[in-house]
Amino acid sequence: MALLDVKDLKTYFRTDDGIVKAVDGVSFSVEKGKTLGIVGESGCGKSVTCLTIMGLNNRKTTISSGEALWKGQNLIGLSPKQLRSIRGDEIAMIFQDPMTSLNPVHKVGSQLVEAILLHQDITKSAARRRALDLLKAVGIPRADARIDDYPHQFSGGMRQRVMIAMALVNNPDLLIADEPTTALDVTTQAQILDLMKRLQDEFGSAIIMITHDLGVVAEVADDVVVMYAARVQEEGEVRNLFKRPNHPYTWGLLGSLPRLNQDVERLVQISGQPPSLLFPPKGCRFHPRCSYVMPICSQTEPELADVPEATGHHRVRCHLDQETKDHEAAKLIEGTLAEAS
Amino acid sequence: MSTTKPEQTAPAVVAPPLELAGDELLVVDDVKKHFPVTRGIIFQKEIASVKAVDGVSFTLKEGETLGIVGESGCGKSTLARCIMKLLEPTAGRIIFEGRDITNLSRAEMRPVRREMMMIFQDPYASLNPRKRVGFIIGEPLQVHGIGSDSEIKRRVQELLEIVGLNPEHYNRFPHEFSGGQRQRIGVARALAINPKLIVCDEPVSALDVSVQAQILNLLKDLQRDFGLTYVFIAHDLNVVRHISDRVMVMYLGHAVEIADRDALYAEPKHPYTGALMSAVPLPDPDAGRARKPVVLQGDVPSPINPPSACWFHPRCPRFHAGHCDVETPQLRPLGVEGHVAACHYPLEGWPLTEEEFRGSGAQLPPAADRDE
Repeated sequence: MALLDVKDLKTYFRTDDGIVKAVDGVSFSVEKGKTLGIVGESGCGKSVTCLTIMGLNNRKTTISSGEALWKGQNLIGLSPKQLRSIRGDEIAMIFQDPMTSLNPVHKVGSQLVEAILLHQDITKSAARRRALDLLKAVGIPRADARIDDYPHQFSGGMRQRVMIAMALVNNPDLLIADEPTTALDVTTQAQILDLMKRLQDEFGSAIIMITHDLGVVAEVADDVVVMYAARVQEEGEVRNLFKRPNHPYTWGLLGSLPRLNQDVERLVQISGQPPSLLFPPKGCRFHPRCSYVMPICSQTEPELADVPEATGHHRVRCHLDQETKDHEAAKLIEGTLAEAS
Repeated sequence: MSTTKPEQTAPAVVAPPLELAGDELLVVDDVKKHFPVTRGIIFQKEIASVKAVDGVSFTLKEGETLGIVGESGCGKSTLARCIMKLLEPTAGRIIFEGRDITNLSRAEMRPVRREMMMIFQDPYASLNPRKRVGFIIGEPLQVHGIGSDSEIKRRVQELLEIVGLNPEHYNRFPHEFSGGQRQRIGVARALAINPKLIVCDEPVSALDVSVQAQILNLLKDLQRDFGLTYVFIAHDLNVVRHISDRVMVMYLGHAVEIADRDALYAEPKHPYTGALMSAVPLPDPDAGRARKPVVLQGDVPSPINPPSACWFHPRCPRFHAGHCDVETPQLRPLGVEGHVAACHYPLEGWPLTEEEFRGSGAQLPPAADRDE
């Protein structure tokens, strides 16, 4: 059984303009010790998916349905009290912006100790020792002196290390990282990704990595989910997705990346804008922007179906015939798609 | 004004005189920008200065794109603002179209400003939310008194068309547009008075990848159609590679390496450039996992109290005690023509294994320096 099994998850927000379907029938599962990457552009619902799993949406304005089975127990609909015992203990979260997710008026040490004491029945001094160990584990130099510093005395990369330390206090089984390196410089990003990898090897946690950076996903994820307009469009093992992408949106994402090791005159661009989730398009949600659009695309939405002849897990939601898909994917991988169009 | 004593600004640093061919559009000669750090409320005493840009030189020909890369706090945005004369440089010269504009007054600058425009990073903050798009794009024309109202309106609609927006959206407000569309409005405004030089300060950093591709393609098309010259600032090495002809790498207010794009990416010479390049994740599971990033220790030091001699030595994997922390390296020619780097122990090739990167005789930088 998977560690976390999300089935047909829906999150709707009530707003003055109507109901925004931010997550609309998303399913995926996370295995123990593995990393799942969720990619997509801003507003595609990737962060809301994880906030829903953690029960962090505003209860008054949110309607959630579906299942998020955590070790067999459905997290959707649990009371805040029940959720609190899981959150921060079995499931921990790292947020995007390390500048705003630490409390500026408390020392980092006491913020760590608070997180430990909330879930563990140990003395304050033992908790402090544990906090110190964690700061050392995430590579903070002179940790014994810096434990009594305030967040503003740390740089961005160091604060993100503190956030990771805080997420690890209770050895979580699942770590949800929402764009953990987006606000950081590349060399710092390399440090943080390296750290997360080492900690995963050491503690055996599963990780859900939300990001819009396909480079990061390619390097850290075992499985990838591509989301667009509140729906999963393609999912599968990381090699399948990058070596034989099957959805025009995935091609667009991959083709729009300038690369260090490839020369293209023009980048592939996805024309237009993502749709409003108040009134998502009929049929395939990507069809207004898709350059392979067919009459059927605006009528019926394709099922998320298995890709034929795939080695391992690979599913896609697209009406195109397999021959065209494989042809286009091969062209893209050779980097010729840009010149041809 | 900086009261820094001359002997504090590393006497060994003597920038080599710039060799000018005569056809440069922009010459930046040893530009420095120091911000004073003061203490006291009534009697403000300068206790230190932030050396945001500390002696940067480069030249730019017409139609060329110079990419400037570096991490946050390396001084690339301050440099852009100095070029635009939005900030007064503390020292150095800026020569635009053969004319020294460093000490021009605001009034004298006004005709020069018709030739240079800027595109800003944040498409949400750089457009006045209370003005209509037509006014925002037409404002440079009005400021410079070009054309009548109806001519301005026609020009604005033409500009909207050029950047791929609907000319009928003339009367809309910025909030009615998405991030990518707003950045197009920023581009249209920069184009309004047919400038020669456009300084782009991280124009795509705030955008999603697919929108980023739209803007990058647009900038390239405009350069081809109008013969524009760009200074393109970004922290994303992939983006800079895509758009630039030449690239300058900055670290702590200094240019550490300048080269033609292909030369720089094929064979970086400065260990910092090498570390940056090895840290970029590749969107390819096999190649990406095979690569071994050179993980730098610690963080960028404070520009108030920068390290002695080579600015990079406390974090450098190739640190040689008694040399790198004593003698300041100068930009010197390495490899192909036009490739310069400021390093005593430049990289021998690329890509390198971790041992090769470290090189022979390198030591760990002193622990006291390494802490943050």
